[in-house]
Amino acid sequence: MTASAPLHEIRNEPALFATILELIRRTSTQLPDDVVSAITAARKNEAAGSNADVALDVIGCNIGLAQTNSLPLCQDTGTILFYVHAPAGYDQIELEETANEAVRQATKTGYLRQNSVDSVTGKNSGDNTGPGSPVFHFHQWREAHVEVKLVLKGGGCENMNAQYSLPHPDHGGRDLKGVENAILDAVLQAQGQGCGPGILGVCIGGDRATGYEHSKQQLLRKLDDHNVNPELDTLEQDIVGTANKLGIGPMGFGGKTTLLGTKIGVLNRLPASFFVSVSYMCWAYRRQGFTLDTDGKIGKWLY
Amino acid sequence: MTKLSFPFTEEKIRSLKVGDEVLITGTLFTGRDAVHKYLHEGGKLPAGVNLKDGILYHCGPVVIKDERGNWKCTAAGPTTSIREEPYQWQVIRDFGLRGVIGKGGMGDKTLQACKEHGCVYIHAIGGAAQVLAQCIKRVRNVHMMEQFGAPEAIWEFEVEDFPAVVTMDSHGGSLHKEVFAASQAELAKYV
Repeated sequence: MTASAPLHEIRNEPALFATILELIRRTSTQLPDDVVSAITAARKNEAAGSNADVALDVIGCNIGLAQTNSLPLCQDTGTILFYVHAPAGYDQIELEETANEAVRQATKTGYLRQNSVDSVTGKNSGDNTGPGSPVFHFHQWREAHVEVKLVLKGGGCENMNAQYSLPHPDHGGRDLKGVENAILDAVLQAQGQGCGPGILGVCIGGDRATGYEHSKQQLLRKLDDHNVNPELDTLEQDIVGTANKLGIGPMGFGGKTTLLGTKIGVLNRLPASFFVSVSYMCWAYRRQGFTLDTDGKIGKWLY
Repeated sequence: MTKLSFPFTEEKIRSLKVGDEVLITGTLFTGRDAVHKYLHEGGKLPAGVNLKDGILYHCGPVVIKDERGNWKCTAAGPTTSIREEPYQWQVIRDFGLRGVIGKGGMGDKTLQACKEHGCVYIHAIGGAAQVLAQCIKRVRNVHMMEQFGAPEAIWEFEVEDFPAVVTMDSHGGSLHKEVFAASQAELAKYV
């Protein structure tokens, strides 16, 4: 029997540390173009001089300052979520160790706040590492290259996530109308708290854990993309349309810009369960990513 | 735009109304989850921290030491205030606060304490950590760093023209209550 060659042999090289550190820096200090465009467009809808207009103006200035000075957009640099796709044979352990080192260094440099607290003792680890921090999601795929994406999700918006079990006496049954009502309730409840205008990642179905997880992964989509399912695409747009008529506005100050986008994914469910999981993301929608080619060099930046 | 400068007298604070945009100049102390729980449970303020006629900022900043060993605040937006709702009324009453800066607004207990004791809730723009850090001209001191960790410590900031909006005043007005009621009524048309 002949030994089969490894499927892929992407080697991590010393540059990987610097690359991941740069990923963290970019994610913490620069918003992706699709997010900046959406915020810029939203300001035109608000009455000049209103509290909402002033809020969006400050947000715009903040985006510029953070990028120019290479400093965190928001002091809450959030949960550190890595999403990695790699071919079989790629050393995931080494990537995780390298990323942990990069996170420690980024905390020292000030791209990340000291954000990892022992839930029993209350002690801050001081370097953002510890049980469950950072978070890694590894997936194998049949592509030849590696893809690393990073999302920083602040605690203010994370606290506004919500999960509904349908049927629900206030929101409706196990259909898309029930789903829509549940999502709109989440928007109502999140007002002011989650640093709107917000972006929703939603999952219909799954169990309580996978539903939340899948809803968060919807935040990897770009704001200007379209759902491949035409029914869900319509639902995504309807939710944004309705939410922006509620008068909640940026920061909950009142106004027309409550949501910048909604992205909906679907998982199968048990016959007994019907969960709608909503991950609320603040306007400081920090995500970035890169690909690594088979020579271990950066292929491209993803957002 | 109203300039609000130290000392934050009751008269100045009582003159503020919901919707007023303010630029704050003076000393701010930060305090968030750990500090509120600590004070609520009878903890003493450390020497050097005086909240009388002062403004407390719900903020967990990014602060680093520069090459000369001085603190430098590099990001300092507000954190969500509602978590302090069980404690805030008491901190306003017992320590003589005239203002609380945060985001998202607070509830009835805090609103009542603002009315009784002459205090306002001032909303900074959430996430605007750079704009707000630029208003911090000096980090004067830090307290309880060892006990609570950097984000939860009491930082003493000297700020200049720190922009924010009054969303709960000392006359029972709350923008948060207004917007919630109106948006809830509007949503009822669609569901």
